[in-house]
Amino acid sequence: MLRDITLGQYYQTDSVIHRLDPRVKLGGTLLFIISLFFFQNMWGYVIAAAFLALVIHLSTVPFRYIVKGMRAILFLLLITVAFNLFLTPGTPLVSFFGGHVRITYEGIRLAVFIALRLCFLIIGSSMMTLTTTPNNLTDGMEKMLRPLKLFKVPVHEVAMMMSIALRFIPILLEETDKIMKAQIARGADFESGKLVQRAKAMVPLLVPLFISAFRRANDLALAMEARCYRGGEGRAKMKPLIYQKRDGIAYLCLGLYLVAGIGIGRL
Amino acid sequence: MSIVLEHVSYIYEAGTPLAQRALDDICLEIPNGQFVGLIGHTGSGKSTLVQHLNGLMKATEGHVYYNGEDIDAPGYDKKKLRSSVGLVFQYPEHQLFEIDVFSDVCFGPKNLGLPKEEVERRAREALNLVGLSEEYDKQSPFELSGGQKRRAAIAGVLAMGPKVLILDEPTAGLDPRGREEILQQIKRLQVQTGMTILLVSHSMEDVAEYVDRILVMNHGRVMLDGAPREVFRHYKELEEVGLAAPQVTYIMHALHEKGFDVDADATTIEEAAGEIMKALGRSETLRN
Ligand SMILES: Nc1ncnc2c1ncn2[C@@H]1O[C@H](COP(=O)(O)OP(=O)(O)OP(=O)(O)O)[C@@H](O)[C@H]1O
Ligand SMILES: [Mg+2]
Repeated sequence: MLRDITLGQYYQTDSVIHRLDPRVKLGGTLLFIISLFFFQNMWGYVIAAAFLALVIHLSTVPFRYIVKGMRAILFLLLITVAFNLFLTPGTPLVSFFGGHVRITYEGIRLAVFIALRLCFLIIGSSMMTLTTTPNNLTDGMEKMLRPLKLFKVPVHEVAMMMSIALRFIPILLEETDKIMKAQIARGADFESGKLVQRAKAMVPLLVPLFISAFRRANDLALAMEARCYRGGEGRAKMKPLIYQKRDGIAYLCLGLYLVAGIGIGRL
Repeated sequence: MSIVLEHVSYIYEAGTPLAQRALDDICLEIPNGQFVGLIGHTGSGKSTLVQHLNGLMKATEGHVYYNGEDIDAPGYDKKKLRSSVGLVFQYPEHQLFEIDVFSDVCFGPKNLGLPKEEVERRAREALNLVGLSEEYDKQSPFELSGGQKRRAAIAGVLAMGPKVLILDEPTAGLDPRGREEILQQIKRLQVQTGMTILLVSHSMEDVAEYVDRILVMNHGRVMLDGAPREVFRHYKELEEVGLAAPQVTYIMHALHEKGFDVDADATTIEEAAGEIMKALGRSETLRN
């Protein structure tokens, strides 16, 4: 059931994209997302789509698998599109209910752009999580944010918290699945009923889930202490991040995309 | 009145590179009133199999029949199925959530839409069956000991009034005494109510004494199926798949090979002791 949510999960395989330095992927994703907000015409989106297609192709993650993860935001996407479609002022194309509700040319344009932007945004960021293990990701983040230490930001601790949080997502999903099944076996019904009933039906799920989350957090803290974890001070890395030649090439491609995309997309 | 599995297969994460065949063409019949032990090492597919029996998982291939009806047929009343086929999960105490033990046990029958008195009657009865007296009724389930929690959770399923009770490793993580107590309670339950029971375990020792029939699973297939003594006769094969027959079996076989006139098929300690005494030509009463 819940295992179908692929958003934010890692997809195990070996590809050029998987092997890239996490810093490249982090920076690349960030710049890619920013670039999406610069586009003012269709060509920008075409270039972004081409760039994404190249990344997806190189990553060897099946497109179906990526799209499956998008289902989680389908609702959000529909609402956004609907709002833009109906509420943008401009030249009306069709109108219903005596002109109270109308679709304008500008509305369609905006709705399409926003939908594309949202999709690209989600696909782009899931490409990062699909191809980078949570550990790698936080390693990269820690290294990129290191300058913030000058301002007394506990970079290592934040990175560690993030990696634990990411690690816990699949565990908690699995746990939810298990508890849900156990309660269904006791006749619980999570699918039907009115809103209030449904909210009430969540209690037998949430209480055990919270208890289990606390128990796991407690166990983890103990296990970390037992291995003498004491924060980032003087901690060495088993696999230090070092840029390779492929990372340079990746940066180059990214640069090319940005120049082409923003250059043409803002014409 | 029975459970029948016909060529049931299940594949996890079908269609991804992580696809894994957890059940592989399982054919099986469990008649009414039988006490069956389901054994297999970690990852052999036991938990996956039992979840098919009450419709929590849907077979990728094949059919599951309860009382002759296909449970995956459209329109089949799954809720009714789940009240007749009770499933106690691994670590069932993790699903307790109510403020006190009694209300938690009431959760199942309440979901069946029974009147309040009936719900409470069933809850009380279920708690009695697992040996939790009224003094625990008002306690928080989280304040009980591990074994008591487990029993409260089992009562939660029993209160649904199932005709078939499936227990997934009910003794995992309990001390030997807690283990013994739970198993004896289950046996008593079966004798008292005539319920069909499927007990999942990876310890032969646990089930040998209590069950009528043992199913051994390996890599998603049923490898051996028969009365305990028949299954233990294959103790060499069991070892190959990482399981072991009860220690008694080894001792009896060793004695037999050394030329003692004992029945090597004895499965319980009592039987074995009797056999040895007999072979030594002494009367059984000497045992104590
Ligand atoms: N949710 C899941 N997703 C993917 N694979 C799974 C999942 N659950 C189980 N599996 C796989 O299916 C196989 C059978 O698992 P199952 O839980 O049925 O084993 P089991 O016999 O109950 O083991 P145990 O004695 O450890 O409880 C295992 O190889 C396991 O890796
Ligand atoms: Mg199991």
